[in-house]
Amino acid sequence: MLLIHCPWCGPREQTEFSCGGEAHIVRPVDTDALTDEQWGDYLFMRKNPRGRHLEQWVHTYGCRRWFNVERDTVTYRITAVYKPGDEPPRGVGPASAGREAANRDQPPEGGPTRGSDG
Amino acid sequence: MNRYSIWSLVRNARSHHEQWQAAWRSPDPKREYDVVIVGGGGHGLATAYYLAKEHGITNVAVLEKGWIGGGNTGRNTTIVRSNYLWDEATHLYEKSMKLWEGLSQDLNFNVMFSQRGVLNLGHTLQDMRDIARRVNANRLNGVDGEVLTAAQVKAMVPIINTAPDARYPILGASLQRRAGVARHDAVAWGYARGADARGIDIVQNCEVTGIRRDGAQVVGVETNRGFVKAKKVGVVAAGHSSVLAAMVDLRLPIESHPLQALVSEPIKRVLDTVVMSNAVHGYISQSDKGDLVIGAGIDAYTGYGQRGSFSIIEGTLAAILELFPTFSRVRMNRQWGGIVDVCPDACPIIGLTPVRGLYLNCGWGTGGFKATPGSGWVFAHTIAQDRPHELNAAFSLDRFFTGRLIDEHGAAAVAH
Repeated sequence: MLLIHCPWCGPREQTEFSCGGEAHIVRPVDTDALTDEQWGDYLFMRKNPRGRHLEQWVHTYGCRRWFNVERDTVTYRITAVYKPGDEPPRGVGPASAGREAANRDQPPEGGPTRGSDG
Repeated sequence: MNRYSIWSLVRNARSHHEQWQAAWRSPDPKREYDVVIVGGGGHGLATAYYLAKEHGITNVAVLEKGWIGGGNTGRNTTIVRSNYLWDEATHLYEKSMKLWEGLSQDLNFNVMFSQRGVLNLGHTLQDMRDIARRVNANRLNGVDGEVLTAAQVKAMVPIINTAPDARYPILGASLQRRAGVARHDAVAWGYARGADARGIDIVQNCEVTGIRRDGAQVVGVETNRGFVKAKKVGVVAAGHSSVLAAMVDLRLPIESHPLQALVSEPIKRVLDTVVMSNAVHGYISQSDKGDLVIGAGIDAYTGYGQRGSFSIIEGTLAAILELFPTFSRVRMNRQWGGIVDVCPDACPIIGLTPVRGLYLNCGWGTGGFKATPGSGWVFAHTIAQDRPHELNAAFSLDRFFTGRLIDEHGAAAVAH
């Protein structure tokens, strides 16, 4: 079970939250001009990386606000939490999936990570 | 290959069972193959087996980064059924069911396929309407199915709680009598042995680290044991499909999630069928050893860690106790997780890719085990003929651009 630091409420158990999947997917602006491939890519295609992942969470049973989390999908360790609109601490990263190892030497920026491992 | 029979058993008994031939060799990878299959799970091994058996292609290697039977093939709850809603899915899973029905004889390996029936419970009026619709759709497609009342469910499974004052009362169920369970390890071992006997190399501890291309044509795979040249490459990597697709800059509509299962201590026989409930989300059967085999749900977050959250187990066991209050004092023995590749429409992707000679079989999500024989059969056809079989033509990656999704989420009783 993860211990997630809500940017507004502080550390809370994972069961209070819902996961909203990959973060930083921007809805295309000029939708009339999109090809089927561009629509399919926006709607369905995901990075699904093994390693560092930027994802959205919502504090469903708390403040009900959305925020972003940087988490390692192998160790499940949360390395950063940041508010919507803020830049991720280590950038958005490459566009495609792959073996991105999270920088585990960096101190977590969203608070302590104790108990964040499943 | 030494055939298994009562005679071979007697013959080997005389040598104290010390002379049995290994079920498959462990060769070093050759420098070049006609076809390389990436992933030695059930689906990959079945693909190799049917490439040899149905298409005469035997210069094939199956590259497995771990060991045979160590991935999802050995981590599922062994349920086999074909009662899906939509025509495309039903035909694919029914092809698999027909192969299951002759599989032990075909492989000369007892996969312990037991057609003990699968019940999908309905707890609301809408559940029962959906069940009636699905059973009708199944029967129109030639797949057996029945709608049972709560009393009929109780007669089949006396220990189930059909009290009308339950929090989610059981109103009835669908029953597929030809459905059931199979021994998952035996499926992997049987296909491995069958493929090996036809000359196919099964290479364990061989991880693919890159896919080499010449222009738009695949030419081979980089592995931790060197480069292996290949005319065709079939990727059957389940939870790691996105990682492999990224090697050729291909994006997939897949997210990998941990899915858990658990087994109890062995108890006397109390459950001779499979019970699944979508509404309370639990599914359960009893193995031949007597342990209760229980499937849980996926974690909402993506993960490659082969373990899930305790909260998921808690929710699943609450659902099981809702159905079977008598299990309240049964202790759980083991719990584990596998990484499942979930597609937005809960249907697989089996077909060609933009890279010539590279084929993809993935997205089986939480329910791939039942499809093992059929998946291998259609994928072998796709690779051998360089075009999909009519059974898997609808399951192309292209459907996420055309919009022709096959929405089996929830429609197929429970998404496993």
